[in-house]
Amino acid sequence: MIDEVQTVKNIASEKDAIGDFRFPERHKFDAGYGLTSKTVDYISDVKDDPDWVRAFRHKALAAFEEMPMPTHWATKDLESIDFDKIRYYLASGEAPKRSWDDVPEDVKRTFERLGIPEQERKFLAGVEAQYDSEAAYSNVKQAVTDQGVIFVNSTEGLKQHEDVFRKWFGKVIPTRDNKFSALNSAVFSGGSFIYVPPGVKVKHPLQAYFRINSENFGQFERTLIIVDEGAEVMYMEGCTAPKFETSTLHSAVVELVAMKDAKIQYVTVQNWSSNVFNLVTKRGVAHENAEIRWIDCNIGSRLTMKYPGVVMKGRKARGEVISIALANTGQHQDTGAKMIHAADETTSNVISKSISIGEGRSTYRGQVHIPKHLKGCKNNTECDALLINSSSRTDTYPAITVRGNDHATQHEASVSQVSQDQIFYMKQRGLSEAEAMSLSVNGFINDLVREFPMEYSVELKRLIDLEMEGSVG
Amino acid sequence: MEAQTQSQQMKLEIKDLHARIDGQEILKGLSLDIPKGEVHAIMGPNGSGKSTLSKVLAGHDDYEVTGGEVLMDGVNLLEMPADERSRAGLFMAFQYPVEIPGVSNANFIRAALQARLPNGEELDAVDFYKALYAKMDELEIDRKFTARSVNEGYSGGEKKRNEILQMAMLEPFYCVLDETDSGLDIDALKIVAKGVNAMRSPYRGFLVITHYQRLLDYIEPDHVHVMVNGRIVRSGGKGLALELEEKGYDWVRDELAVTA
Ligand SMILES: Nc1ncnc2c1ncn2[C@@H]1O[C@H](COP(=O)(O)OP(=O)(O)OP(=O)(O)O)[C@@H](O)[C@H]1O
Ligand SMILES: [Mg+2]
Repeated sequence: MIDEVQTVKNIASEKDAIGDFRFPERHKFDAGYGLTSKTVDYISDVKDDPDWVRAFRHKALAAFEEMPMPTHWATKDLESIDFDKIRYYLASGEAPKRSWDDVPEDVKRTFERLGIPEQERKFLAGVEAQYDSEAAYSNVKQAVTDQGVIFVNSTEGLKQHEDVFRKWFGKVIPTRDNKFSALNSAVFSGGSFIYVPPGVKVKHPLQAYFRINSENFGQFERTLIIVDEGAEVMYMEGCTAPKFETSTLHSAVVELVAMKDAKIQYVTVQNWSSNVFNLVTKRGVAHENAEIRWIDCNIGSRLTMKYPGVVMKGRKARGEVISIALANTGQHQDTGAKMIHAADETTSNVISKSISIGEGRSTYRGQVHIPKHLKGCKNNTECDALLINSSSRTDTYPAITVRGNDHATQHEASVSQVSQDQIFYMKQRGLSEAEAMSLSVNGFINDLVREFPMEYSVELKRLIDLEMEGSVG
Repeated sequence: MEAQTQSQQMKLEIKDLHARIDGQEILKGLSLDIPKGEVHAIMGPNGSGKSTLSKVLAGHDDYEVTGGEVLMDGVNLLEMPADERSRAGLFMAFQYPVEIPGVSNANFIRAALQARLPNGEELDAVDFYKALYAKMDELEIDRKFTARSVNEGYSGGEKKRNEILQMAMLEPFYCVLDETDSGLDIDALKIVAKGVNAMRSPYRGFLVITHYQRLLDYIEPDHVHVMVNGRIVRSGGKGLALELEEKGYDWVRDELAVTA
């Protein structure tokens, strides 16, 4: 046992091995290339969808086809996605296993290399490990199940817990929210469904890991988390893909519902390879005195567009986005936050830090909305950018619409550089250029890293070190 | 005989060093030997090139060496990048220490020590903090400075003391102190001098750059050199510093003019 753990560690200490490996494909179900209503029917057939889901998918497909690419505000690079060269559903046809021993060898080895079973043993209350379109492994600790917590994949969720599922599904993020939420709604598979009953505080985090193994593929998981009155949960997600020659698409939709006095923390550590288009829609609704925190770290990908949001619907609800984005050469991190105040005395906080290295590009887009009829709302927005060399680019678009004069908002932005003097000083103490850069970057995001659970902050630091090594040496 | 050649090499040897920045020659044929076990002081007017010398020794990229050589224990220093020079045992206390936001002092020193270990070997955290606290106590640095970002918001004197703390932790073979005494109050000066003196050993050489003879009362040099316009123009014992203090640099310049 001990030997096995060590192997995982050793492999993970080399950059290429983190996510850049793959196994041959062996899919029983393959929706083929391109997206038509036949593709949607294929997915619905394979998954044995109830009629309402099939109808939902078709309606979404129509919306996707009709909606334009948002290139009037977003990057033109979106146009390089060729929707005809993507496969929309790839699955083995096997139900997720409850024990790692039952998981097929290649899939098991994949997740072992990524350290998932080890993390599960150490600190998780439950894990769902998705491989291409479907979960290969899914397990929750008995103690958590005994508390009445439901943690399953979206297919099981919509079939076995239709009441709760249907009530909220597509309500936080309507199909037509944006072109990619429509796309996800048409072809979604995998992702988690979580329900936490009133008053239950899940002690350890629940985790999902999204792994892409196949080329020319799109992953479209769908996650819905409902935390009932006074309940609390922390959910963590990680993701990787091998480095393919062609581009890969990842387009998820994540909806959160925090009922009165509930708390949700949603933690993401994303480490996509550099040709993944990562176009994700994430939003939560916070009812009275509830709290939703998005803690987000975006490393890698060719283009990430992600603006986690919180709709503060009940009095005294709180929303928070803490995000770190690292854009290396050839990457564009277009991230931000959406804070919609819809009740009195609601509070939102956005702290975003971006690091641009080489020709990497970072964009911050914020939207804070406080309507006139509300009283006593607060927003704090801070966005800081760190440039590692002069060709890096960073843009900030903070749209703060505050109507009425009974609110307190605060906005700060800064752009800084790692100076040559700093690098020289650190080198004089014996640190290599890459180590010096890593240290400066870690210093820059230090206060945010503390917001991540310990186990993830260690991982995060390691990922950043590797990015710096790759960009300097 | 062999022992003798070895001891001959145990020094920092600067030979006819020429260096320039932005096309301007600043070091114009500077020669100086600093054997292990000795303390050499350099004094010289503003702009004479003292900081330039220390940065060239440390390997700053902005400076172009156009002639001469520097050997550290017989090894060509100028071929090594700055970080390698440091790991090989060269330390420079900066005249203007640089701030590194967000990086705690403890983490910084720890990273520097870790960089000296062979691959795969981890610094022992307990031993590290023990050593760090001991040195901080010696230098009378409050322990809250372990958690503070490197040099950020420190007073001038605190920055200088922090340089000496790093030096004490890294245990270099050759130490270049660029005006470490500037900005120190009289008590701090004594503490810093005590720290430096504690590190004096037959295995370590010092190059101390200063404007004030007062420092040399506390850190007694074996040799004093006067630097003017990119060269060492005069060398002597401790008395030279006193003489300079009394007569000013014009005295050396005038003498130079006479001999020229
Ligand atoms: N980028 C540069 N281009 C041209 N000249 C420079 C440049 N940088 C420094 N110098 C000059 O080099 C000379 C030597 O500077 P240096 O800092 O080494 O002097 P110093 O002896 O340390 O002086 P001080 O006693 O004031 O610390 C100065 O005249 C300075 O103006
Ligand atoms: Mg100087």
